Amino acid sequence: MAVVFQKSRMLTDVPFSYCPGCTHGIAHRLIAEALEELRCEGRTIGIAPVGCSVFAYKFFNCDMQQVAHGRAPAAATGIKRTHPDKVVFVYQGDGDLASIGTAEIIHAAARGENVTVIFINNAIYGMTGGQMAPTTLIGQKTTTSPAGRTIAANGNPIRVCEMLATLDGPSYIARCALSDPANVMKAKKAILKGFRNQLEGKGFSLIELLSTCPTNMGLTPVAAADYVKNDMTKVFPLGVYKDIDAEQK
Amino acid sequence: MKKLMKGNEAIAEAAIRGGCRAFFGYPITPQNEIPEYMSHRLPEVGGVFLQAESEVSAINMVYGAAGSGARVMTSSSSPGISLKQEGISYICGAELPCVIVNMVRGGPGLGGIQPAQSDYFQAVKGGGHGDYHMLVYGPSTVQEAVDLMYDAFDKADKYRLPVMILGDGMLGQIMEAVEIPPMKDPAAFAPKPWATDGTGTGKGRRIINSLYIDPDELEKVNHRLFDVYVELAKNETAYEEYKTEDAEIVLVAYGTVARIAKSAVNLLRSNGVKAGLLRPITLFPFPSAILSALADKECIKSFTAIELSMGQMVEDVRLAVNGKKPVGFYGRTGGNVMSPEDIVKFISEKEGR
Ligand SMILES: Cc1ncc(C[n+]2csc(CCOP(=O)(O)OP(=O)(O)O)c2C)c(N)n1
Ligand code: SF4
Repeated sequence: MAVVFQKSRMLTDVPFSYCPGCTHGIAHRLIAEALEELRCEGRTIGIAPVGCSVFAYKFFNCDMQQVAHGRAPAAATGIKRTHPDKVVFVYQGDGDLASIGTAEIIHAAARGENVTVIFINNAIYGMTGGQMAPTTLIGQKTTTSPAGRTIAANGNPIRVCEMLATLDGPSYIARCALSDPANVMKAKKAILKGFRNQLEGKGFSLIELLSTCPTNMGLTPVAAADYVKNDMTKVFPLGVYKDIDAEQK
Repeated sequence: MKKLMKGNEAIAEAAIRGGCRAFFGYPITPQNEIPEYMSHRLPEVGGVFLQAESEVSAINMVYGAAGSGARVMTSSSSPGISLKQEGISYICGAELPCVIVNMVRGGPGLGGIQPAQSDYFQAVKGGGHGDYHMLVYGPSTVQEAVDLMYDAFDKADKYRLPVMILGDGMLGQIMEAVEIPPMKDPAAFAPKPWATDGTGTGKGRRIINSLYIDPDELEKVNHRLFDVYVELAKNETAYEEYKTEDAEIVLVAYGTVARIAKSAVNLLRSNGVKAGLLRPITLFPFPSAILSALADKECIKSFTAIELSMGQMVEDVRLAVNGKKPVGFYGRTGGNVMSPEDIVKFISEKEGR
C-alpha cells in the first residue's frame, strides 16, 4: 500500500492538546512541513511561548526551549547569536507578542535578528480563558470587555505587521489567514519564505497567522473560521508588508 | 605579573579568561565599564556582545544562550537586577548555568548611584518568584572578585544554576593591582548534553523548560533544586576568619565593608579590645556553621553585623547564632560609607568598650 500522506517528521507523536477546530494545530503542521522540506531536521531550535501553545515544546521534533511570557524574541536572540549556523524559530500568540512582549519583538525586528517568527493572532487570550487581547476587534466581546471592546476604554487593535514593516531590520513580513484551504496554502508559502530567508542569512522574518479560538470566541469551528475570513481580515488585511527581495527587483 | 586595573574591567577580563563567550546587558551606573569592556574584548576572542533593549530582554537572551550551552553572563546594578528577577526565576526553574554581576547601589526605587548592600535579601533569599537560590559571592577586593569570577562559570555548569557576584560601586570603581589568571581552554569544558544546540531529534531531543503542570512532578523539581543547595553548602561555603581565636567581640561583614571592618578590628585591638572579624565570602550558602561554632566559644561575648543597609545580612547572623550570644547591628545607607573609626565608636558606645 502506497503512503500518500503522513505526519511531518518534524512533529513528534504526542497528540496536540488544542481544542477542536483550533488553528494552532494547522500552524504547527505548516511549520513542521516547511522545516522538513527545507531539510532543517537536526539543526533547528524552536521556542514555545506562554499561551495555549506553551506545550509546543512537546510537539516539534527538534530541540525546544519554553520561555517566559513575551520574551521569546529575546531568548531567540541569545540562541541565534551563539548558534548562528542553526535554524531558530519563535512561536508566539497575540498576548505574548503584541502585549507583554512588544519591546522584545520590536527590537528583535529592528536588529534584523536572523530568526523566523510565527505570530498567531486569534484576537483573544486563549489560555487564560478569553480575556481581551491587544488585537481584539472593536466591539468584540471578551471576558474583560463584556460589553465589547471600545476605542474610548481600550484603544484600537494593534496591527503588528504594519508596525514592524516600518523598520529597516526585517527581511520579510506577511499576514495570512488559517481560515480556509486556499489561505492555508498561502500561509505555508509565507512560512517557507520566512525560513528560506533565515537559511540565506537575510534576517528577521515574521508571518502573522490570523487564527481561530472557537472555545473563547464562543463559535463553532466553522463559524470561527468564517469570523477570521470575514471580520478579522477587515481590521487585519492579508498580504506581504515587507519583502526585501521584491524591493530589490 | 600584577596589573593595575579598575574593578569592573578586571571582573570582565576574568570572566573571559574563565570561559565567558557571550554577554547581554543594558547600561546602568555603576557597572558600565563591564559592558563597555566586553563590547571590545569579546569579539577579540570570538565571543558575542549585545546591548539589549532592557534588562528584561538581556536576562532572557542569557536564558536562550545558556539553554543552548553557551558560557554567558550579564551584569547590572540594583534597579536593573530587579527587572531581571523574572528571568532569573525562569533560569533557576530551567536549571540553567550563567553568571550575573550586581554592582549594588542604594534604593529603594531609583535610589542613588553610590555603594550599598541593600540587595542582600534579593540576592540570597530568591528575589523572583518560587523556591530557588543562586550561588552568591560577596568579594571584598578586586583580586578576590577576579578569582571568584574566574571559576564562576565552572561552578554554574557543575550545579546548573546562576552564580551571582554581589559587589558594589566601590568594588567596581576602585583600581587595584591584580593578577589575572590565564585563559581557560573552552575545549576542556565538560560537554552539556542537555543543551538545545539544535542537533536533537526524536528521542535525542532536548527541552529547556520550567513548566511542570503535575504537582508531584513540580514538587520533585523543588526537592531536586534544594538537594543541590545542600551540596552547595557542603562544597562551596567560603569565609575568612580574622583574629577570631581569642576575640571577645566578633564583627561580621562582607564585601568592601569587610575591609573597613578589618581596619576597625585592628583599631579596637590597639585600644585593648579583643575584636575579630568573620567575613562571609559566599552569601548563599551562608557560613552559618562557623558562626554557630564561634557562638559556642566561651571567649566570644557578642557579634555585630556591619552593613551598608538597614540590616539584612544580620538576620542570617542571628539565625546562625541562634540566641547563643547577642547580635548587634551597625549600618550606613544612602551611599554613605562608615569609617573604621565609626565602627570603633559604635562598638565602644554600645558594648561599653
Ligand atoms: C508574566 C505573566 N503574566 C501573565 C501570565 C498569564 N498568561 C498566560 S497565557 C496568557 C495570554 C496568552 O494569550 P495569547 O498570547 O494570545 O495566546 P493564546 O493562549 O491565545 O494562544 C497570559 C496573560 C503569565 N503566564 N505570565
Ligand atoms: S482556548 Fe482557543 S487558542 Fe487555546 S487551544 Fe482552545 S481554541 Fe485554541
